[in-house]
Amino acid sequence: MGELLITAGVLVFLFLGWQLWLNDLIVGGQQDHSSVALAHKLAPDASTKVTTTAADYGAPVVTTEPSNATTFAILYIPRLGTTYARTIAEGVGTSDVLDNGWVGHYPGTAMPGQVGNFAVAGHRTTHGAPFHDLATLQVGDKIYVYTADGYYTYVFRGLEYVRPTGVGVLDPVPEVTGVSPTDRIMTMTSCNPMFSASERIIGYASMESWQPISAGVPAAVAAIQLANKG
Amino acid sequence: MYGALWRLMPGPVWLRVTLMIVLFGLILAALVAFVFPWLNTFVNVNDVTVGTNK
Repeated sequence: MGELLITAGVLVFLFLGWQLWLNDLIVGGQQDHSSVALAHKLAPDASTKVTTTAADYGAPVVTTEPSNATTFAILYIPRLGTTYARTIAEGVGTSDVLDNGWVGHYPGTAMPGQVGNFAVAGHRTTHGAPFHDLATLQVGDKIYVYTADGYYTYVFRGLEYVRPTGVGVLDPVPEVTGVSPTDRIMTMTSCNPMFSASERIIGYASMESWQPISAGVPAAVAAIQLANKG
Repeated sequence: MYGALWRLMPGPVWLRVTLMIVLFGLILAALVAFVFPWLNTFVNVNDVTVGTNK
């Protein structure tokens, strides 16, 4: 009997170790690697020329919003790791989107590059935890979003903590209702504190520049793509 | 439980030890591959979206 109870205890710890640590490593690694294939699938003829300076390509081309659980973009954040690449899919359902380790796009909010608020959600712990280190982002950090139409470069602006009911963060102008937007904002939501669901951590970024797929790959993204190919 | 398992194993001590390690490895692999992901679908401690709380 004693041996059985000890075994059960060990199994519980094994599960926790798997859920909170090992599975994040596994899913995170899969995400990094699958981003290479997804990037190719989204834009098969994409230029591989590496660009180091931002040019002005006019108003961004905006991808149309796909159907639920369709993967349509890749998120690159160099601050979060030399191989950090996460799939962005439509919808914020748990079993069909977020639990795959994907970042989910709130339906009805702006698309990457669109005037308004491009709002996404992702796990902070478990299931690959794409936003595990959201709080380590520093003001000015570049956030790259890749779609079939281009690279959209967002710049991290700051964090906010809200209650789970704080839908104001999804407004076209975050936390200001009834105002028509003029800026291109990106909002990332995840749970706070870690391992809890009592609050939400919100990360804001604003778009700095964009470049069409045909113009080439931003240098920071090219480095991540190269690291994931190896 | 483990004593019975030990007596079930054939051969000399080194073979028994090897078999036990292989057996535990297989059980661990099965847990990680099948049991833990299934169990995880019942654990929802981390809602990450705003406004969609049930």
